[in-house]
Amino acid sequence: MKLIIAIIQPDKLEEVKEELYKAEVNLLTVNEVLGHGRQKGVTEVYRGARESGNLLRKVRLEIAVNDGFVEPTVKAIIKGARTGETGDGKIFVLDLKECVRIRTEERGSPAIG
Amino acid sequence: MNTGDTAWVLISAALVLLMTPGLAFFYGGMVRKKNILSVLMQCFIIMCLVGVQWVLCGYSLSFAPGKGFWGGFAWMGLNGVGFEPYAAYAGTIPHQAFMIFQAMFAIITPALIIGAFAERMKFSAFLIFILLWSTFVYDPVCHWVWGIGGWLRALGALDFAGGTVVHVNAGIAALVTALIIGKRKHVEKNVPVPHNMPFVALGTGLLWFGWFGFNAGSALAANGLAVNAFVVTTTAASAAGLSWALIEWMRNGKPTLLGVCSGAVAGLVAITPAAGFVSVVPAIVIGLLVSVFCYTAVSVIKPALGYDDSLDAFGVHCVGGIWGALATGLFASKAVNPAGADGAFFGNPRLFLVQLIAVGITIVYSFIVTIVIYKVVDALVGVRVGEKEESLGLDLSQHHERAYTVLE
Repeated sequence: MKLIIAIIQPDKLEEVKEELYKAEVNLLTVNEVLGHGRQKGVTEVYRGARESGNLLRKVRLEIAVNDGFVEPTVKAIIKGARTGETGDGKIFVLDLKECVRIRTEERGSPAIG
Repeated sequence: MNTGDTAWVLISAALVLLMTPGLAFFYGGMVRKKNILSVLMQCFIIMCLVGVQWVLCGYSLSFAPGKGFWGGFAWMGLNGVGFEPYAAYAGTIPHQAFMIFQAMFAIITPALIIGAFAERMKFSAFLIFILLWSTFVYDPVCHWVWGIGGWLRALGALDFAGGTVVHVNAGIAALVTALIIGKRKHVEKNVPVPHNMPFVALGTGLLWFGWFGFNAGSALAANGLAVNAFVVTTTAASAAGLSWALIEWMRNGKPTLLGVCSGAVAGLVAITPAAGFVSVVPAIVIGLLVSVFCYTAVSVIKPALGYDDSLDAFGVHCVGGIWGALATGLFASKAVNPAGADGAFFGNPRLFLVQLIAVGITIVYSFIVTIVIYKVVDALVGVRVGEKEESLGLDLSQHHERAYTVLE
């Protein structure tokens, strides 16, 4: 089991979702987050006061998958989110120790899908 | 001179001014949250820009007597526009009171167009576009319909508070700009939903409130005609809000707040040209039917044709305005306003024909000149923002500020 965390551009969310559904990955959690990597933030100015290097809006996806789904999920996210520009985002793949479905108390692989 | 009339017209001018911030929230709630400030900014800067243009030249071009393309240059910088009444426009209030009341119409009209190109126009291009559009589209059309010597006025066209001058005029400009500027990025896959519905409702409330100044103030006196306009205005808005909700209920299973707000605004648009000429039962008919036409325009025709009129400036204002202008030709009655005319249902089919001509002329003129202005601005500075700026949002890319913080 793996936990996939992806940080993407907000306006790419719909396309990523579409690609994920095509790859039969239907369970995901989405958050609005702030951050920047190599792409610098935009300077904001309020009554002449400059706020430089502010963080940019991004969307963070969390998807728990069984091992066989890791590559299709990663590929789907890339397909949906990639523009080739700085700021497209990152994907992190983490080992997942345990997963429990609250309704049934199932554990492990069966609880994920 | 009449103090009651003067007080009412000044209050009405303030009410109409408030409609532009109202429109800002109506539109601002409908865009995505990265673009709300750009919409608010566009509305507020029009209050500044046209507010100055109007006293310098706009009022003279629109209202100075004359049979030409514009009214002329006699009243530039308000030269000769003083505190004595100018009887040909309003005999009981100071001339400047009439002038400043009309200023608010000149401000809100170009602001209506914003709905068509929201979320993708460059701010510098916007400023030039609005200044040119006000001077070369609004001012002449305003003169033709309302000015002394205006040829549509001489023809007998009725437009009580601006169905043709304001709503059809701006609505056509909206369609033209939406067609030329093109769709927003990702708009097909990712249909943008309103980011703040309470703002849309707030804006609708302010518009409805301000519209009493728009329509009842257009009587230019505190009298029975103003009362008639007030009553039919709110009645038409109510009927249209109800019928839009009913249409949604039947077609989509649930009525929506956005639907009721859209219906109310469509009703206000449609009753605008008719407010001083029709009685209350026709107002209900005008209101009930405008939602059928506007709903069809925004939910059936727009998707079928595929243009991206972001906030339905064409679908609500132009379609509602055309219906209102034609309905005036059907339902107008001299029993309501002896200075008006009888419509087709009161034995005078000629009025319907005249209304049709006035609408047709406005559509053709506004369509062509808006294209020319758009192309000029595009050649000067480029109208559309770059792809990166568009996806970042206009608040940050055009104004270096944002509406909402995420942390704190």
